[in-house]
Amino acid sequence: MEIPFTSKARPDTGLYNAKVGIWLFLASEVMLFGALFSSYIMLRIGAPEGTWPLPGKMLMTAPGAINTAVLILSSVTVVLAWASLKFGNFAQYKKFQAVTIACAMVFMCIKAYEYYDKFTHYAIVKTDGSVWDGHLVEQNDEYVILDIHSEDDGDHDHGHEAHDHDHDAEDSHHDGADEKPYVNPNAYLGVKAIKDFEYNVDEHGHHAHGEVKFPRSEIAKITNYTPKHSTYLAIYFTLTGLHALHVCGGAFVIFMIWGPLAKMWETDPERYINRVEVSGLFWHFVDLVWIFLFPLLYLL
Amino acid sequence: MASDHSTPPKDIREFLFKYERTYMVVFGTLLVFTVITVAIAQVDLDHLFHGANMTLGLIIATFKATLVLLFFMHLISEKQLIYLVMGFTCFFFVGLMGLTIWAMLDYPKLTSFFM
Repeated sequence: MEIPFTSKARPDTGLYNAKVGIWLFLASEVMLFGALFSSYIMLRIGAPEGTWPLPGKMLMTAPGAINTAVLILSSVTVVLAWASLKFGNFAQYKKFQAVTIACAMVFMCIKAYEYYDKFTHYAIVKTDGSVWDGHLVEQNDEYVILDIHSEDDGDHDHGHEAHDHDHDAEDSHHDGADEKPYVNPNAYLGVKAIKDFEYNVDEHGHHAHGEVKFPRSEIAKITNYTPKHSTYLAIYFTLTGLHALHVCGGAFVIFMIWGPLAKMWETDPERYINRVEVSGLFWHFVDLVWIFLFPLLYLL
Repeated sequence: MASDHSTPPKDIREFLFKYERTYMVVFGTLLVFTVITVAIAQVDLDHLFHGANMTLGLIIATFKATLVLLFFMHLISEKQLIYLVMGFTCFFFVGLMGLTIWAMLDYPKLTSFFM
């Protein structure tokens, strides 16, 4: 027995089965991401003063903006692919959908680069209380070498963020430009404004550049920018990681319908168009989530 | 907003700029507003009111999301059952956000750094 209304719409609702199904599924996905967004709001507003990165500082804006443009382009091509099928132009559909799949791969490559950048990005708190931040060059049991970025280099500024974990460095205060710019790593718990928190400054007050070697004996705490680093990165990796999984899943389904399952175009074209439309709806949702994620995490 | 699919377009240009012109206009608008979002984030607008940057960014994001929903997802010309599903979704989403923020602001006296 054939399942009714897989191709033709039900006369009472005017909808075929998959259309109702995908909208109900998207409703559940809205609640899933909504829960995470509300968690983000709670964490952001509830963070003690000085523990949340300054806007646009922790993450590179350019890859995020490029990813936004890539997803918007893929949203257009997925709907143009569906429109091509509605006109009966299968070859044109294949081309537009190929661009959609390519955009998904570009998005994942840029995301992978961003994640790699964060995982190789280390922060060191020395026993004298100074904080150093840069990308890992080499490490062993005796020392760690970081490639220190200075604000003068024009590299993305990692901003001023305190680490919200405890450690045993001695207290010291940075009161004025004349004094040693050592930082109380626990300063964020007090009333010191975060702008007093300086990175990569040696005992002479000079900003460091290039490769700097840190003997292990002088390191009080070392951490890279992974989810365990801070609340901000934990929610960032959760949100973008779940979104990336949705990108992969959506791209896989679109690919399967575009490739191995394209035979249905010959046997049941109307049902095939419905499949393309439904997978496109999911893809638009993925784009929608990113439209909110990008400004929330990267810009604000 | 779906175009009439009875007469196929002659070529890709007619397809994009005559039959599916709405999609191209929405595409251009989304890109422009993405650039605007990035540009606004570079300017500190908090002297207007506290949280101005955040508010403006989210307004623009909501506008872009609305365009995607209405035109790419064809919500502007959908059937009543889908509107019902979206209505319930909005209700529960607003409830989720509203209750979370309400709970955050409803703290016992003499606790939390809000004091």
